[in-house]
Amino acid sequence: MIETLQQRVNDDQGLVRRGRYLTTRFLLEVGNTPWLIAIFEGRIVSVTQGPFVMPSSSFALRASEQEWQKFWSRRPPPGSNDLMALIKRRALKAEGDLQIFMSHLRYFKEALAKLREGAGR
Amino acid sequence: MSARFEPITGRYMHLDLFGRPHRVYVEEAGEGTPLLCLHTAGSDGRQYRGLMNDARVTEKHRVIAFDMPWHGKSSPPSGWHDEEYQLTSAQYTTMVLEVSAALGLDKPILIGCSIGGRIALHLALEHPERFRAIIGLQAGAHVDPYYDLNFLHRADVHGGEVCGAIVSGLVGPDAPDKERWETLWHYMQGGPGVFKGDLYFYKLDGDIRGRVAQIDTRRCPLFLLSGEYDYSCTPEETLAVASSIPGCEVTIMKGLGHFPMSEDPQAFLSHLLPVLAKIAGS
Repeated sequence: MIETLQQRVNDDQGLVRRGRYLTTRFLLEVGNTPWLIAIFEGRIVSVTQGPFVMPSSSFALRASEQEWQKFWSRRPPPGSNDLMALIKRRALKAEGDLQIFMSHLRYFKEALAKLREGAGR
Repeated sequence: MSARFEPITGRYMHLDLFGRPHRVYVEEAGEGTPLLCLHTAGSDGRQYRGLMNDARVTEKHRVIAFDMPWHGKSSPPSGWHDEEYQLTSAQYTTMVLEVSAALGLDKPILIGCSIGGRIALHLALEHPERFRAIIGLQAGAHVDPYYDLNFLHRADVHGGEVCGAIVSGLVGPDAPDKERWETLWHYMQGGPGVFKGDLYFYKLDGDIRGRVAQIDTRRCPLFLLSGEYDYSCTPEETLAVASSIPGCEVTIMKGLGHFPMSEDPQAFLSHLLPVLAKIAGS
């Protein structure tokens, strides 16, 4: 499912436009499974599943599979509806150079919400 | 399509606060029992547009909202450019009492959301005689910081973008898009460091956990209403405050988030109108 992120994000012209100054690579961990997601000027250019020997990324978002499943459900319950809600509950760890994450917070929130049930195109 | 005016009127009030001259924007609508409204951190009085535009409220209430200094159309005081803005409990208390007195309000009903809900608890404890009733929205006794607040005010992160994005998930899932994005727009318009300065009160200085149980609702009725989807002040936190205060009435508002009056005015009014009716009848 994570690999569909590329098309789901790139199909949203508004999201890509808002990310036009964003070029980075970040690590998304869903339980024990790591994914490297590369972004060039707002478009996702690759989504690669690990394991990796030496993954290089600007920052990482790490949560259990169960927490991501709730976040990606059609109508997430209170406390699971937003990345900041997960962070508040200490269910999501954001680590690394968070200036990139925070300066494009709306982009990352909306990009990851693309994996929500019913959010696809 | 012909132009249409809302019944809201706005004025600029000059008054001294904390020993300094201030220019404060005040708007109001309606007649009757004064209902003084306090906006959330980093936003402004436009959050109460739904109340001011609803005849069910304004036919019996004079609804008043002021933009706190530094917010909305109120200016920061002269000299602000060399200062770091930080809201304290003492300043916030003084501001509410002084603005209320300057407007000549006779025992208004106070309604405040988030930081406004927190100061409502402070006022219920320290100045109950000044109010007819107090309504705290999204009112908790304390919130621990859950992200690095410095991101809200640094030159390499756009303040408007980050403030809007930080709070976007606090809006409930059922909010109409128009009202959701209006609410977020107010956040995106905040001045540099203002949201962060308000959170100094919300997350550090304004902790009232140790004293909240001393609130005496016989001196001033207290109503707490919180949205189900608020992860900043969770329903559990509001319920904990309510259970520690005898006589406090509490409502958890299904589907709503942290900005009930602004994110979904119609849904919020279905919870607020019975409270206003109860206050009127008491």
